[in-house]
Amino acid sequence: MHAKEKLFTGFFILWAVSFQPAALIAQLLEDWEFAGYTSIESRWFIDGPLDSRQESGLGISLSIEPEFYRDWNEGDLSVTFKPFIRLDSEDTERTHFDIRELYLHKISDHWELKAGVDKVFWGVIESQHLVDIINQTDLIENLDREEKLGQPMINFTWISKIGNFDFFLLPYFRERTFPGIDGRLRSQPYVDTDRPVYESDAEQWHSDLAMRWSQVLGEFDLGLYYFYGTSRHPLFQPDTNSAGETVLRPVYNLMHQVGSDIQWTHGGWLLKFEGLIRSGRDQHYQAFAAGFEYTFYGLFGSSIDAGVLSEYHYDSRGDDATSIFNQDIFTGTRITLNDNWDTAILGGAFYDHDNGTTAYRVEFERRLGDRYKLLIEGQKFSETAQNDLSYNFRQDSYLQIELRRYF
Amino acid sequence: MKKVKLQSNISEVGSALIEYIHISIVFLGVFASLNSAYAANIEDAQSSEEKGLAIAIAADEKDEGWGDWSANSEMILRNRHGESSTRQLRMINLEQEIDGDKRLIIFDHPRDVKGTAFLVFTKKVGNDDQWLYLPALKRVKRIASNNQSGPFVGSEFAYEDLSSQEVEKYTYNYLRDEVIDGIDSYVIERYPEDEKSGYTRQVVWIDKNEYRTLRTDYYDRKGEILKTLTAHDYKLYKDHFWRANRFVMINHQTGKSTDLLWNDYEFSKGLSERNFDRNSLQRAR
Repeated sequence: MHAKEKLFTGFFILWAVSFQPAALIAQLLEDWEFAGYTSIESRWFIDGPLDSRQESGLGISLSIEPEFYRDWNEGDLSVTFKPFIRLDSEDTERTHFDIRELYLHKISDHWELKAGVDKVFWGVIESQHLVDIINQTDLIENLDREEKLGQPMINFTWISKIGNFDFFLLPYFRERTFPGIDGRLRSQPYVDTDRPVYESDAEQWHSDLAMRWSQVLGEFDLGLYYFYGTSRHPLFQPDTNSAGETVLRPVYNLMHQVGSDIQWTHGGWLLKFEGLIRSGRDQHYQAFAAGFEYTFYGLFGSSIDAGVLSEYHYDSRGDDATSIFNQDIFTGTRITLNDNWDTAILGGAFYDHDNGTTAYRVEFERRLGDRYKLLIEGQKFSETAQNDLSYNFRQDSYLQIELRRYF
Repeated sequence: MKKVKLQSNISEVGSALIEYIHISIVFLGVFASLNSAYAANIEDAQSSEEKGLAIAIAADEKDEGWGDWSANSEMILRNRHGESSTRQLRMINLEQEIDGDKRLIIFDHPRDVKGTAFLVFTKKVGNDDQWLYLPALKRVKRIASNNQSGPFVGSEFAYEDLSSQEVEKYTYNYLRDEVIDGIDSYVIERYPEDEKSGYTRQVVWIDKNEYRTLRTDYYDRKGEILKTLTAHDYKLYKDHFWRANRFVMINHQTGKSTDLLWNDYEFSKGLSERNFDRNSLQRAR
């Protein structure tokens, strides 16, 4: 047995026996609410890697995300703590720890105050989260960019008849995670996260600011914000590392951004729009995503619902965009069985109408018993044009199976 | 005066009548006399449609003035082989005078949906406003609400069965009086106004003295009997509001059933609009 395999056998046993201690922790923390899950995941890459140092075959990954919560005075004051740990058999960068949440929350009649580390989601579009800006993406977790790193913040919310006004002071910047040399779904050359380049002399300690207004007006849900600070989306600067190998250094510039998200909910229709204008060193551009979702309920007299959604993504930088979504169309379907196990399937295709790049993605989930959940996802990069960012992933089509156990 | 006004409205089985009755009850003022007032309206009704409506209004008025209430709930879903699974949720409700009531549902069990929350602003006419909170993404999502006939969390209860039963959502027809489980009851039919409803009609047994709904038969879009809901273990809260502690919904077509158990009912907790906004949805637990 290799040392790595031994290590993982050990971890797996630890994972399997961790359920009992979890129950014990819950008992010990009498005034605390305890929740969360542990997960075992395996990812299989269909094709061999572009770089022989990258993983191939079956990788195994374990993670744990417990959550501790306590409140006082019927919830007017609360504290939440949610750490996250992943151990990955293949990519040393993917083995990582993060504090997803650790904050104090005070609630009053017309305002709320939050201080600490938390996650904030803005947006309405499904296939990309364009205007979502507060948190850095934990990209190493998943390509779908839905996993986020905890963001230190002071957030004051004023609640009024004319909408909610959110003010954010973000005193510390989180760098994006990227797969390491031995990881897949990475750029060629790889990103050297140890040597980032900052525009601000304060580097990670530049205080960022954000203000957001959000309101519900009848069938419309509206949001508008302004953000000033370090861009969460790095540019890249080629460089050589100490071994003389070419690497990409992430470049974090300061920027101003105005963004908006709008959803019109009418009958079975959801019409969605997200748009932004960004301006900073080396970058002045606009981007938007717009689309619809319509759900057919009770298909063929059964209790199955099928939603169809289509979303268009535009980025004025075209092929120079740092996002895969520069002139792409996403078309997909969401099927929910409405059964005992909340079985759901989401499948769709991304198509770049300029260079023909095409990728397919499928996600499946189903509860097993009371405490387990099975999640399967796959992504196939079928056509990848050389001038598309997805060209980096042309060998990285994968299938992933995850089993979660909830406390 | 009440009687004259009521009769002049015979042809308009609609909002004017309901509005009038609201006002007349305010003028009547004395709550103790309400039961007899309802009875008078019901006895005054000239047609079966009018009598059905009068009974529905009486039942609605009888349950007015609760302000806010909360309760914990357990749903036991059974298939025809007797296998079962459980859902646990909590619900808080806020009464609204002008439009339909507001409701927040928080899921506790199964554990993978813990923290998922569902906010509903019921509309007397038209689609409700609904938001879903997904804790994994910390995302509040406005969702379509024309899915009234769809199953709620995989149970035999459709969304429309659980939504607040506003008088305006149906038209009515009085059928007969009947004694059910030893309780003297009105039997009325009601027809959903919403064309997206999964039902063509419902037959409802309402207790004559206390206006409690004892049983409901649901007929599907083909007119066949689909489900029967029975309410059990009614208890009186705040000396005024009757709440059943157990409901049983049986699907006659699939053999599946769902028990909906309620406990820890609390009234007048002092909940406000702030407990029913998008922020409260995010921190619901």
